[in-house]
Amino acid sequence: MGGPESPPNPPAKTMTPEAIFKRLADKFGAETVFDFHADPKKDRDPWFQVAPWEIEPICEHLRSDPELAFDYLECITGVDYPDDKKIVVVYHVYSYTRKHRVVLKAFLDREDPAMPTLVNVWSVANWQERECFDLLGVLFEGHPDLRRLLMPDDWEGHPLRKDFEEKEDYHGIPTVRPNPIDLYKITLPGKEGAKA
Amino acid sequence: MSEVVFTNEMDEEMTLNMGPHHPSTHGVLRFIIQSDGEIIRKATPDVGYLHRSIEKIGERCTYPGYMPYTDRVDYVAAMFANECWATACEKLMDIGVPKRAQYLRVISCELNRIASHMIAVGAMAMDIGATTPFMWTLREREYINDFIEELCGARLTYNYHRIGGVSFDMPKGWADKVKTWVDKFVPLMEEFDRLITYNDIYVKRLADVAVISGAEAKDWGLVGPNLRGSGVKWDLRKDDGYSVYPELEFAVPVGRGQFGTVGDCWDRFYVRVEECKESGKILQQALVKIDEHPEDDIVGKLPKKLKPEGEAYARVESARGDMGCYVIGKGAEEPYRARFRTGSFNAMGIIEAKSPGLFLADLVALIASFDVVAPEIDR
Repeated sequence: MGGPESPPNPPAKTMTPEAIFKRLADKFGAETVFDFHADPKKDRDPWFQVAPWEIEPICEHLRSDPELAFDYLECITGVDYPDDKKIVVVYHVYSYTRKHRVVLKAFLDREDPAMPTLVNVWSVANWQERECFDLLGVLFEGHPDLRRLLMPDDWEGHPLRKDFEEKEDYHGIPTVRPNPIDLYKITLPGKEGAKA
Repeated sequence: MSEVVFTNEMDEEMTLNMGPHHPSTHGVLRFIIQSDGEIIRKATPDVGYLHRSIEKIGERCTYPGYMPYTDRVDYVAAMFANECWATACEKLMDIGVPKRAQYLRVISCELNRIASHMIAVGAMAMDIGATTPFMWTLREREYINDFIEELCGARLTYNYHRIGGVSFDMPKGWADKVKTWVDKFVPLMEEFDRLITYNDIYVKRLADVAVISGAEAKDWGLVGPNLRGSGVKWDLRKDDGYSVYPELEFAVPVGRGQFGTVGDCWDRFYVRVEECKESGKILQQALVKIDEHPEDDIVGKLPKKLKPEGEAYARVESARGDMGCYVIGKGAEEPYRARFRTGSFNAMGIIEAKSPGLFLADLVALIASFDVVAPEIDR
């Protein structure tokens, strides 16, 4: 391999998210790829649901199909919805060659959030999934090294869960401190409230 | 790529701790290195020392109130996190940005990009033993700090962009000052090239070190100069054409393997140096074109209450590549979820995979060539 990559030949054809959704639903069935949301306002990204346990073959298809050619996993985000008892893992995927994007969502059970890893499809998933595990407690099965990444190893709980409560101290280090404004209250002599 | 094979004869594996306070780790960052003499078997990054849970803070602030916190995502290039958050909110709430404000954003961002790349190339030279260029680059960065201070009052954490625009217009005479500086700066970069970029010792030190192919770079999600260093010609400013970048002319430099293989440490360094020159070109055009738009029209029309519903994902090309911000609103004053996707975070992921077979000293070159900034990894 030498020299910069030549532009793809024939010229890249961009597909709309809806077309991509239809293509996937035809291939994998309406039970696996479903619930297409096209936000009525422009500029916002349409998304659809995928069955969490089928995500690996779907993404493998996204990457290897030459007409889809999604070669860049932009972002994995975990979102906690305690009201719906769900944790949603959002995948933003982009194709450098075709210049189209797609947003996938996997709805997981909040009590037992687990789904297969995508490390074998895109290597970038490795650290992103570790982060998602660390901050939201999603278990990515088959991940080679699912350890805490940002939080200390002995941290309890997952901070980005909505019901996470901060402990008062961590190894004797307090996590709260008095508001500095309260410490330096200025009282003017001779006026009401001076006694305080 | 040939696989690195380690023999077990005379096995003298040692475990080495590098950091968290090692000067070449650019912040607080730790590596646990298993090495056989000088050769690394595996380097495991241990990050999180600067984790402030910016995303959790975002869930507790109002939409405009979160802006100063975004500065802290990447304090070397804070303008981009500002822009990214503002763009995400604008996308979410359907707010238009006046042209003048867009130009001011481009000008401030490009100034910041030069400042950030000045640190990157200077610190990289220093990490591998050349001390003088760092002084050179910091001198130029100091001018930029002064300019930005005049523009928004801060030198490091700017809090300059607003949802729907920017906070201040240019002061009087500011544009001419910047123009004069840019005219001086671009030829200075050519001097810099002669001093360090094409310096024989420097080239020999970096060429063919830690080669990352284009396919690998995509697979590991490298972005920005790291991706372009591997020969992939992709720049969000060109390929996505956000803001007023389509109206400006500039080239996208890519690594060509001039002295070694495409995607070596020298290529990543070279891309940053060239990008500084291109940013200079963008500044020269933007500072002229901004006059076409009326003064003080710098903030778009905002709704009375910022309580959006829905979700949006915005991207900007930051100094460390494609920065993404994913925001979900649920009809409250605070975002339901604010997520930052940063370039340095993914660049750290690849180090573990690329380290086997590297020399210990080359690991320093690899980290420096990625231009990782610790707070951007940890957020």
